[in-house]
Amino acid sequence: MQMTTLRQEVLFMAIFTAAVLTMPFWLEPLGASYPDLLQKFAIYGIFAIGFNILFGLTGYLSFGHAAFLGMGSYAAVWSFKLLTMNVIPAVIFAVVLSGIFAAAIGYVSLRRSGIYFSILTLAFAQMSYNLAYSVFTPITNGETGLQLSLRDPRILDRTLDEAAGIPFPEFFGTEMNGYAGFYFCAVLLIICFFISMRIFHSPFGMTLRAIKSNQSRMGYTGFNTRPYTLAAFVISGMYAGLAGALLAVTDPLAGAERMQWTASGEVVLMTILGGAGTLVGPVIGAGVIKYFENIFSAYHEARLHEIFSFMPEPLQNFFVTITAPFVGEGWFLTLGLIFMLIVTFLPGGLMEGARRLGGLVVRRKSQQEPDKLATAGVGAQDHG
Amino acid sequence: MDAFLLQLLNGLDKGGAYALIALGLTLGFGTLGVVNFAHGALFMLGAFIAVLVNRLLRLETVTIDPDQLTPWGTPAEIHTPLVQAWLGDFGAVLLQYSVPLSLLVAVPIMLLFGVAMERGLIRFFYRRPHADQILVTFGLAIVLQEVIKHYFGANPIPVSAPPALSGSANVGEWLGLGPGVYYPWWRLVYLSFSIVMVGLVIAFLQFTTWGMVVRAGMQDRQTVGFLGINIQRRFTIVFGIAAMVAGMAGAMYTPIVPPDYHLGMDFLVLSFVVVVVGGMGSVAGAVLAGFLLGVLQSFASMNEVKDLLPGIDQVVIYLVAVVILLVRPRGLMGQRGIMED
Repeated sequence: MQMTTLRQEVLFMAIFTAAVLTMPFWLEPLGASYPDLLQKFAIYGIFAIGFNILFGLTGYLSFGHAAFLGMGSYAAVWSFKLLTMNVIPAVIFAVVLSGIFAAAIGYVSLRRSGIYFSILTLAFAQMSYNLAYSVFTPITNGETGLQLSLRDPRILDRTLDEAAGIPFPEFFGTEMNGYAGFYFCAVLLIICFFISMRIFHSPFGMTLRAIKSNQSRMGYTGFNTRPYTLAAFVISGMYAGLAGALLAVTDPLAGAERMQWTASGEVVLMTILGGAGTLVGPVIGAGVIKYFENIFSAYHEARLHEIFSFMPEPLQNFFVTITAPFVGEGWFLTLGLIFMLIVTFLPGGLMEGARRLGGLVVRRKSQQEPDKLATAGVGAQDHG
Repeated sequence: MDAFLLQLLNGLDKGGAYALIALGLTLGFGTLGVVNFAHGALFMLGAFIAVLVNRLLRLETVTIDPDQLTPWGTPAEIHTPLVQAWLGDFGAVLLQYSVPLSLLVAVPIMLLFGVAMERGLIRFFYRRPHADQILVTFGLAIVLQEVIKHYFGANPIPVSAPPALSGSANVGEWLGLGPGVYYPWWRLVYLSFSIVMVGLVIAFLQFTTWGMVVRAGMQDRQTVGFLGINIQRRFTIVFGIAAMVAGMAGAMYTPIVPPDYHLGMDFLVLSFVVVVVGGMGSVAGAVLAGFLLGVLQSFASMNEVKDLLPGIDQVVIYLVAVVILLVRPRGLMGQRGIMED
């Protein structure tokens, strides 16, 4: 457990804030600097940060977080339909509702741990998904998905002035599409990251880590762990709800497929890929997955021929044939493979990889007590 | 009463599939202590072996017969499947029975695949937390289904049952219930197939020395090892058998539901629920829970029940799982002390 001073925290936050806010500029050379993708980075970053508060700190692997994501989306769209197109009520409404939902599910699921917890959350999420598709069609609009329409009451908006056409979510007059939408999500991402950092460094976060490392010992010392795990579960559910709301803010519709367990699996992948239990890992994981999802799936054979064009013809064809299944439609194949490799060889994710590389560099520089340095480098993380 | 019987049968054949998948899952857990999220993908692989066999048998030669004319006046193209050209009428029969025939292919392939998977991947995860096992097998499941998607496309591929078994059986008449209760032959075949498979696996574990050693190893692996038995190798073979059973179940299921690449994921979630309800590591529990939940789901989708409790057909299995996990964490037939918390 690394100790952090206030100064370090401020510095860390400053760097993170600067990095997030200047994303449109430094992502330009990578070809990722268009608003749709940037919004996704920020939104899934929030989702992964929230998931990490539960999984990274307490070790409880939830396979049902998509339920909260979907809940947030539905809540936000209903707020647009009933109240106003302003995003603030929508976000608040979504976070509160998904928090309540998470409290209910968490209260039941957290009675079990380990794989049973995973299956309980999975069961609840699948129930929500199935119900959203069938019985709750009046609320969720079933397969079509919930959309805005001209006949929506929008009570608050109508009392002020009569709007024409289907409006777009707005923040006191600024429409939440394009870069405005990105900056709205980015600011929320920074706030969420700050809260998560405070949780990581607080006594509460310490307690959660202790629960992860040995729950029964915590019990023996007379410590009731359940309120703490439930709090972590609700907080991470609220993060997921917020992410769902932002998905609806940047594109005002909500469908049941957001609740499907593949969506839960996606956030698990992001968190693990980046590094569970680390602060920035999940954000990086979310960014990497969303980036490659967009870039890789746009590749096709002609593009590959272009890339390998420096080779002689037969070699070029060979390489194109080999790589073709991994791009375009086959992006998920690449994702699955990378994920397996990460879990097998680098359980701490990309963050651990970076730390190991850093450790190597330090060792080569100092040339003294290499073992001690290496263990210090790995030991900073609490993976048992 | 007729409707009742029909729902019971409907539930039983689905339950058969659940039971066969859950059987393998619970064996993998009971022996190696590994939670295998890729088990559904093995079911899907089996289904696509059936598709592949069907396609291979359908490879055909095209001859142009100038004597016969199509309605447009051009010489007709005559497609003859190669097997038929080589083996005559016997070849035609082979073609019709492609699904049962694919079992012959599925058994060795899936057995080898299971053993290779255990040796190549799973064995590095014995001592890792369950979360890691879930994650790595989840990754493997994604890889397998994407590979299948790459070669077979994203659309469901229909495979037909043998024509002799493709109609419906007049079940009502057999049981003296009067006419009107019809049930597809192939589903009856599937039901009996799953019962036979379950019986074979249980008999193998229960009545052979080899199986007895495996059961002893499940109880206390270390002691069995001290006796000079290579229990690891047997567990690996059991894992292979589990993969084989899942693959056979998948191959036989193709005429009932045309397989697509995410068939495995759909079944995986349910069969995990089945294993948990039956009790982790308990073979009998998995079988019982598989049939039970299949029947329960089938009854919940009756109109009378749905009118009473809307949406119950969608959630009944998960509801049962939640209740069981909270009230009796070791499942219906789980052994005391195995994964109770």
